[in-house]
Amino acid sequence: MEPGEIHALLGENGAGKSTLMNVLYGLLQPDEGEILVDGAPVRIKGPGDAIKVGIGMVHQHFMLVPVFSVAENVMLGAEPARGGFIDHAGAVKLVREVSERYGLPLDPNAIIEDLPIGIQQRVEIVKALTREVDLLILDEPTAVLTPQETDELLQVMRGLKAAGKSIVFITHKLREVKAVADRITVIRRGRTVGTADPTAPESELAELMVGRSVVLEVPKDEAAPGAPVLEVSGLVVADDREHRAVDGVDLVVRGGEVLGIAGVQGNGQTELVESIMGLRPSRAGSVHLNGEPITTWHTRDVLRAGVGYVPEDRSVDGLVKEFSIAENLVLDLYRSAPFGGRFSLDLDAIDAQAEQKIAEFDVRTQSAHQPVGALSGGNQQKVIVAREMSRPLQLLIAAQPTRGVDVGSIEFIHSRIVAERDRGAAVLVVSSELDEVVALADRVAVMYRGRVLAIVAPDTPRETLGLLMAGIDPNSSSSTPAGSGAGEQEPRGEGMSHGEAAS
Amino acid sequence: MTSHEPIEQEPAATAASADKSPALPAAAPAVPTVAADQYPGAAVKVEEKPARHRTPDEPKRSFARTFREELWADNSFTVTLLAIVLALICGAILMVVGNADVRDQWQYLFYQPGKTLGDTWEFVSTAYADMFKGSIVNPDTVNRWYWNMTTWQQVLYPISETLTNAAPLIFTGLAVAVPFRAGLFNIGGQGQAIMGAIGGGTIGLALSLPEVIQVPLGVLAGALLGGLWGYLVGVLKARTGAHEVILTIMLNNIAFLFLGWYILQSFIKDPNRSDAISQPIEESGDLPQLIPDPLLRAHYGIVLALLAAAGVAWLLKRGRFGFELRAVGHNPHAAATAGIKVGTTIALTMALAGALAGLGGTSVALGTAPALTVDMLGQVGFNGILVALLGRVRPWGVVGAGLLFGALQAGGNAMQTFSGVSVELVVVIQALIVLFVAAPALVKSIYRLRRSPAAAAQAGLAKG
Repeated sequence: MEPGEIHALLGENGAGKSTLMNVLYGLLQPDEGEILVDGAPVRIKGPGDAIKVGIGMVHQHFMLVPVFSVAENVMLGAEPARGGFIDHAGAVKLVREVSERYGLPLDPNAIIEDLPIGIQQRVEIVKALTREVDLLILDEPTAVLTPQETDELLQVMRGLKAAGKSIVFITHKLREVKAVADRITVIRRGRTVGTADPTAPESELAELMVGRSVVLEVPKDEAAPGAPVLEVSGLVVADDREHRAVDGVDLVVRGGEVLGIAGVQGNGQTELVESIMGLRPSRAGSVHLNGEPITTWHTRDVLRAGVGYVPEDRSVDGLVKEFSIAENLVLDLYRSAPFGGRFSLDLDAIDAQAEQKIAEFDVRTQSAHQPVGALSGGNQQKVIVAREMSRPLQLLIAAQPTRGVDVGSIEFIHSRIVAERDRGAAVLVVSSELDEVVALADRVAVMYRGRVLAIVAPDTPRETLGLLMAGIDPNSSSSTPAGSGAGEQEPRGEGMSHGEAAS
Repeated sequence: MTSHEPIEQEPAATAASADKSPALPAAAPAVPTVAADQYPGAAVKVEEKPARHRTPDEPKRSFARTFREELWADNSFTVTLLAIVLALICGAILMVVGNADVRDQWQYLFYQPGKTLGDTWEFVSTAYADMFKGSIVNPDTVNRWYWNMTTWQQVLYPISETLTNAAPLIFTGLAVAVPFRAGLFNIGGQGQAIMGAIGGGTIGLALSLPEVIQVPLGVLAGALLGGLWGYLVGVLKARTGAHEVILTIMLNNIAFLFLGWYILQSFIKDPNRSDAISQPIEESGDLPQLIPDPLLRAHYGIVLALLAAAGVAWLLKRGRFGFELRAVGHNPHAAATAGIKVGTTIALTMALAGALAGLGGTSVALGTAPALTVDMLGQVGFNGILVALLGRVRPWGVVGAGLLFGALQAGGNAMQTFSGVSVELVVVIQALIVLFVAAPALVKSIYRLRRSPAAAAQAGLAKG
């Protein structure tokens, strides 16, 4: 790192960007290797040490006390004291000073929870700056921002650079990197795979980022697509912060085929799937299952209509950890025969089904009555897959079906997904692992900023896919990249910071 | 008492030291693995312990030994039991401090140590004996009955009092325990019980139908009104996200003041009395006594309470709604993803809780109270929270805790009558029991409880 430089770290999810930065900030300890600051090796044992050597960090998830004022948050951890009392006026003055010096307008007396996300982030930056740091780490700062807020942030970064601060900018968005970075380092699977100049063409960056890793092989025959099972047209869905996360998606999934949705996480895939499942209301558009409109159906009815759903986050949405394996295996089946009657449950039937599924799906456990939380991630995922595949399916939606799962289980889960397809079910696979999508899918839809940018064959070159994931359509280079269209300029007025109140 | 040992020890160390404790050398058989555990260096062996539970070729541990180990281990039953003992000891200290004669005697502790300690022991033991006699059985009465000097009703009187006090507590305890399993903290047992008492009491005093019709009608009205009071909370929470603790506290006040207003209305108030009391509840509306006798107050409320506990136990274990309720309680996100209607479940759970508490109020109104008054229920709703916590929010645990609190109440009355110890001491003891149960680490360190080998094995399994 040079002084006064913006250095971008580019890489896919789980490539090791955040881990590296947490080591720099002292939150994690290196197993090997050393860190040099101004040519001298340092040992950073905690954030305190990091700040001492001049390294500050703005986390992806803000570390602010929502009910405190801006000034209180800024001074937290280094309260200016005067005779045992906190020097509140001093703190306010300090915030004013710093925010003026770097051109970051802030009201020191505003309460954090009333501020929009972009301003909260500014508070984090000011907080780091008041600690007199020279190197600022921004961990995916734009992941939570609207396009306008992003542009503002990029402006701020240029200002800081002009003031002589160095910035490490972690992201996976090519556009932003090209806009501000002086130098780009691409990380993949924990290794530096290349350093590039921001003038390098985007295709080169995308190629570096996605890589040509070992292709996962899933043995499968040619798909035999039948009638359309799932039809999504013009679907618009808002995320928790009332932003248009899904912005007019059209999709058709036919029986007997796997449609894979590729894309960097946070481009609307989660919201799309949740909306199909009836877990998130849609703002416009429709969803049809076998020709029947299910747009406004309750999740229970969607499931009963023969939709299997493997949710993205198994510990939050997929399983009740305190429940036994047997109970989790009927979590969405307990109302139907033979497990449940009108009022009661048939525990014998539930146990019998558990024994059978544990054997069939090779769940490694001592007994069906163990709490599911005691299982390893792979075995937990097998429980979900076993449950969702234990009834005749019209449609299987699998979101990140193998995240955090060991290799053996990955193969098994993939083969079960292909088996469902061969049985004639329509399958929708969402994954941020490009390898997985390519291996499983018969067609690949690439999502970017809430839209399906293109639907391509899985044997499309990876560079092309990588470019699509970065929002560039290589086939229609003349057209503007998606995202700069008018629909993107989503008004973010009312209810933005109160979006979660509905929960 | 002043152990500085860490309470939570490594499973290996615990198992090894448990085997070495002086109480057990005779029980340690000459089995290689167990013998190996007696050497400090053999801790590695313990890693294999989980397998021991099932493998048939290992000799079974004797029941007595397992029992002893489990008894002095930090399982919840032992902790509860010891918490009760600890609370009684604290109660004894308070008794001594509160009694002028015994307190004065302590000035002469060094002149007359024997007399001081003797007096103290006599005072405390008599008081607690009176408590026992007033709540379970009085041996003197049994003796006199044997010699035909008194009636058998007198023998049953203490237990009847205990059951009378326990019935509403079991109901209000269940009213806290059920929502707790759905992740809801129902502070509103008091208000729901008041509404139940109003519903049941109104049917009881306004109608005079045959008993077989009026009593079920009254019980139903109580459950219904209490249930509505709870349902209101559930709907507000599900629809608006308002916190149930705040809602229930507010509704408690509203219900209490509503009762005060209600009994003054012309169609309810007793026209022959100047104080705030309703017309007397008709005999045809009263819950029948278990044994028809003027002395024995115990009524069918306790039977209803036991049935309710059995119903709740069934619901939580085998009921379809119970499954939804528990799923929502542990992980509402996963429940919603599995198609469970979380809001509906919350609303119905609170309605069920309200109905249970309402039955508690009804069992007072139609069981023991002669008429509706403002303070007829005392603190029965709030004590339900203690009962639920002591019973570890399990239905049969609530029954046990309700019976214990009922017995303490009945015994406290006897203690006040015969030993002159204020009945309020019982409230202190009840509070202390729950306090100690809620702070298990305290009880464990005082009694130096060890982690049971079985629990250690379980923990080892979970980690492996």
